[in-house]
Amino acid sequence: MADGIVLTVNGCETRLASHPATRLSAALRDELGLEGTKVGCDAGDCGACTVLLDGEPVCACLCAAGQTEGREVTTIEGVSAPSGVAGRLQAAFLRHGAAQCGFCTPGMIMAAAALLTRNPDPSSREVEDAIGGVLCRCTGYRKIVAAILDATAPAPAAPVPAGAAIGARVERLDGRRKVEGRDIYGADAAPAGALLLRCIRSPFHRASFRFGDLAAFRAAHPGIAAVLTAADVPGRNRFGVIASFIDQPVFAEAETRFRGEAVAAVVGEPAAMVALDLAAVPVTWTELPALDTLEAALAPQAELLHPDRAGNILVRGRVVRGDVEAGLAGAAVVAEALIETGFVEHAPIEPEAGFARRVGDRIEIHACTQAPYMDRDEVAAILGIAAEQVRIVPSAVGGGFGTKLDLSVQPFLAVAAWRLGRPVRMTYSRPESMATTTKRHPARIHIRAGAGPDGRLVAIDVAADFNTGAYASWGPTVANRVPVHASGPYFVPHYRAMSRAVHTHLVPAGAFRGFGVPQATLAQEQIFDELAERLGLDGLEFRILNALRPQDPTVTGQVLGEGVGIRSCFEALRPHWRRARADAEAFNRSRGANGHLRRGAGVAGMWYGCGNTSMSNPSTMRIGVTAAGRIALHQGAVDIGQGSNTVIAQIAADAIGAPLAAIDLVSADTDLTPDCGKTSASRQTFISGKAAELAGRALRRSILRLANAGEDARLSFGEGVIVVEDGQHRAELRLASMAADERGYALSAEESFDPPTTPLDADGQGAPYAVYGFGAHLAEIEVDLMLGTVRVLKITAAHDVGRAINPTLLEGQIEGGVAQGLGLALMEEFHPGRGENLHDYLIPTVGDVPPIETILIEDPSWVGPSGAKGIGEQALIPTAPAILNAIHHASGARIRRVPATPDRVLAAVRALEAGDAQRPGGRRPERAVGRA
Amino acid sequence: MYLRPRTVEDCCSALAEAPAAILSGGTDFFPALGDRPRPERILDLSAVADLAAIRIHDDHVAIGARATWSAIRDAALPPAFDALRAAAREVGSVQIQNVATLGGNLCNASPAADGVPPLLLLEAELELVSAGGVRQLPLPEFLLGNRCTARRPDEVLTRILVPRGPGTARSSFVKLGARRYLVISIVMAAALVEVAGGRVRSARVAVGACSAVARRLPELETALVGRDADGLARHVRPEHLFALTPISDVRASAAYRDQAALELVRRALDLCLEGAG
Repeated sequence: MADGIVLTVNGCETRLASHPATRLSAALRDELGLEGTKVGCDAGDCGACTVLLDGEPVCACLCAAGQTEGREVTTIEGVSAPSGVAGRLQAAFLRHGAAQCGFCTPGMIMAAAALLTRNPDPSSREVEDAIGGVLCRCTGYRKIVAAILDATAPAPAAPVPAGAAIGARVERLDGRRKVEGRDIYGADAAPAGALLLRCIRSPFHRASFRFGDLAAFRAAHPGIAAVLTAADVPGRNRFGVIASFIDQPVFAEAETRFRGEAVAAVVGEPAAMVALDLAAVPVTWTELPALDTLEAALAPQAELLHPDRAGNILVRGRVVRGDVEAGLAGAAVVAEALIETGFVEHAPIEPEAGFARRVGDRIEIHACTQAPYMDRDEVAAILGIAAEQVRIVPSAVGGGFGTKLDLSVQPFLAVAAWRLGRPVRMTYSRPESMATTTKRHPARIHIRAGAGPDGRLVAIDVAADFNTGAYASWGPTVANRVPVHASGPYFVPHYRAMSRAVHTHLVPAGAFRGFGVPQATLAQEQIFDELAERLGLDGLEFRILNALRPQDPTVTGQVLGEGVGIRSCFEALRPHWRRARADAEAFNRSRGANGHLRRGAGVAGMWYGCGNTSMSNPSTMRIGVTAAGRIALHQGAVDIGQGSNTVIAQIAADAIGAPLAAIDLVSADTDLTPDCGKTSASRQTFISGKAAELAGRALRRSILRLANAGEDARLSFGEGVIVVEDGQHRAELRLASMAADERGYALSAEESFDPPTTPLDADGQGAPYAVYGFGAHLAEIEVDLMLGTVRVLKITAAHDVGRAINPTLLEGQIEGGVAQGLGLALMEEFHPGRGENLHDYLIPTVGDVPPIETILIEDPSWVGPSGAKGIGEQALIPTAPAILNAIHHASGARIRRVPATPDRVLAAVRALEAGDAQRPGGRRPERAVGRA
Repeated sequence: MYLRPRTVEDCCSALAEAPAAILSGGTDFFPALGDRPRPERILDLSAVADLAAIRIHDDHVAIGARATWSAIRDAALPPAFDALRAAAREVGSVQIQNVATLGGNLCNASPAADGVPPLLLLEAELELVSAGGVRQLPLPEFLLGNRCTARRPDEVLTRILVPRGPGTARSSFVKLGARRYLVISIVMAAALVEVAGGRVRSARVAVGACSAVARRLPELETALVGRDADGLARHVRPEHLFALTPISDVRASAAYRDQAALELVRRALDLCLEGAG
């Protein structure tokens, strides 16, 4: 193969110069520039890199370039003809909302195209078999299956008329480039000549370390430009996400505090870096005793991870109302439980990646992120320069779910590009991503709850410890948010919730969809079932009886007054609940036919405050009209797949009174878009959406003022002109004749919105959020009593979203949240140091996610745009407790430790049987399960 | 150095010169490599056409070491091979099945290798070829432990020689994992049963992922012979599985594996006898 590898790529004969043992994925991307083929794991575990080899789907990361000699390779770039199978799939994906972040989409489309080429009319099961090897973390798969089953000829979507964008099932505005594999993610773009960077990381939970002769190492390795350590950080060798808790070093200084912590970075020419064995870098490690459990870290004599944090406690949270002890003492029934959860990995299919370059005395960072302005400020501090000298340009983001709120590649890239004056790129490997980025906090939650004889809740007492790992990250946010939410969306007169975030020598736990609330809800919603059972009440009716009403104070004493849709959510589930319970019980009665299988149905509710807890978190939106008559929406709310590019444009369009088609997006870039805060806390639709509504209205007011027209005037945007019609009155605004304003537009407006909240007092009393979202899930499941396996049969999800701006995208958020909740319930647990890959750490595949029926409730909170609330975190929270409650209904077993893996479920079932066996006639085959 | 010969002979000469990392379907080679530099010397078997063939003979089936799971799934194999074909459908995903090879599955020697229990039932022998000659090893003598085989560095696994099995025998394979697709087995079981006149004439049972190498359960097999085929599974008792030595890992506890293995063996037998005369 001296002359290279000759093959056909997308119909063209191509010669590859890459080494024949190069992964095909790398050859396609790096040599041919075909970056529509995404790399998620380099191990065949995620399928994002699926291409067709002689028409059959394969993972390009597992194929050696040399093995393609004389064969035909087809990538997403080769299949986008609209009339072809893939073209029809792409249209169907857009129509169904089957692409969210879009990172798995090329792989999904290639796998589906192979199926449809062979079998134009597949069954749902055949579709699942065909895409079973491609992981998606955003969608929950059901819309992907629906799209593949509906991949008929493309039907052009009818344009949405002006004023009707809100409520319309608008196709994702950034969707076309996603389904065609053209969106640019963190690893997809770097300037020519960029150096590669890789980190040297601690192999132990805790270690001291000593470098050997780094200069000699460099001298012996041509092509290596630098080995950077803490001494090379020009500014503050610390970063974080909360001003008073900035504690994580870019490079560890004396000692590493978690396995995977970086101590140095090697930067060099790509060829030299690919050939480099990182083990050759001279570092001597000394393993030190590590505190790797909550117990060890809380022990009285435990060493301190951070000298200023006594008892290894990062922060405590507290909400107290009424007299909880008296309440519990007077309750007719009291239930109590200890719930434990493990680390959960976000597993976005896109690993962290990006590049940095120095432009004069400024640094530019192009990387995947959820929080560009926070990144900007932290990078400035690390480099010791002004914030204005940093430009953050978020790439397309292939899923985040909270983990991309924290810095990952940015500090390394910034230091290297700043020091070396050359562009530098970095892509985390999957093991590196899993070992070093933040996780969901492991929790140990002790809960007691009491109710009166009438079924009304009297008191709830919660003590929650969270393993926050080595550094602060979002630990304080979790510790503060949980006590506010641990009551659930119910009226509770006597309440006490105390939390602690505890440091250990493990990977930092941070933000993950729900900020600790999913863990707390696992405890609270399970114990509610027990209270109902002891009172002889139906579990759903017990919740309806206690559901918070608009006039009821929350546990922080806030009276919401409006937009409290929890009761409506539960009531919407009522017919489904009755049907599901009856179905399960009928199935279980027909045991002769069903052997070892038992079915059950469980319900759980949730609430979630949108935005930061009692803290200012404004968003600012700018809208300009160009001389050509186009509307530029400076939309800085990073779209990580959830849909802010589309939803915020819909809100802006209606506020202006302009058709959506007149709007051009200017996407997040700290040089071009005002600060829209971070994409987290379910705040973008609510807060950035409100800012867009205000800015849109302000722009409309300016237009109407210039045209001397009334509020109801109709606007049309033409070439260089805005036509304003108000009854008989018609005015034309000639845009080209207007002087450009200070923002460079013929007309423009900029508005901010910061939701009204109040600080919490020492007892946690106050108004921490302006708006809460509410929801409830019904899970129907089947337990195999002999193997402990659990299959989810259906989820029915009712959510109060205030106002459904885009029902398709909302369903997508809900289905994706359900899939992650299902993972939390049944399979996901990250063990630091073990299984840092996507075959030991399991996330749901298409075969694990059941049909999901979404019921949208609109109980508006008028502080939000058109009354809309957030949905991102809400969607995940009730799924896991609903599943655990369903397992109890099916089997009688209570699972106190998630995930409910087959071994834990079987142990719980067997323990129950052992107990039952003490009673006459209580052995399993005769035991009635599916009790009410 | 990257070598991609077209014949077994050339593979053997290459290995006689110096050992090499062997690359076939790539599904274990690349994940094991991670982001480390590639090995100095790689022998890629993917151009040796002969190694991909599945040849069905009167008394045995010769499966080329490079035969993919997809090829095995689609081959017209005798009923005793149903367990192997079922395993083929359960390996990883379609993308993996299209390139991963049976020979690679055996040489990788994972305790959870899906191909091993079905081939143990069928008493497969492996053909290993080197410049010095050919030798044949029964599968249990080839698999020495976790990630450890009897292949010498100068040898190539060329073919898996599988006796057709008892004429009327049927076989089954059951895999237990914590999710539907792309899953490594917690436990798997395979069974092959030959029934005559409603009674078991012969039975073979193997369990994977419960010992360093998957193993047959000879005591159970003996205990099943002569039994009424109807309700055969009830004769499986915990003590029949005492030879298993499961470990606890991220997928499940050892105690669970013991319990699940018992249940899976019973289900494999039930499945095997479903619809059997």
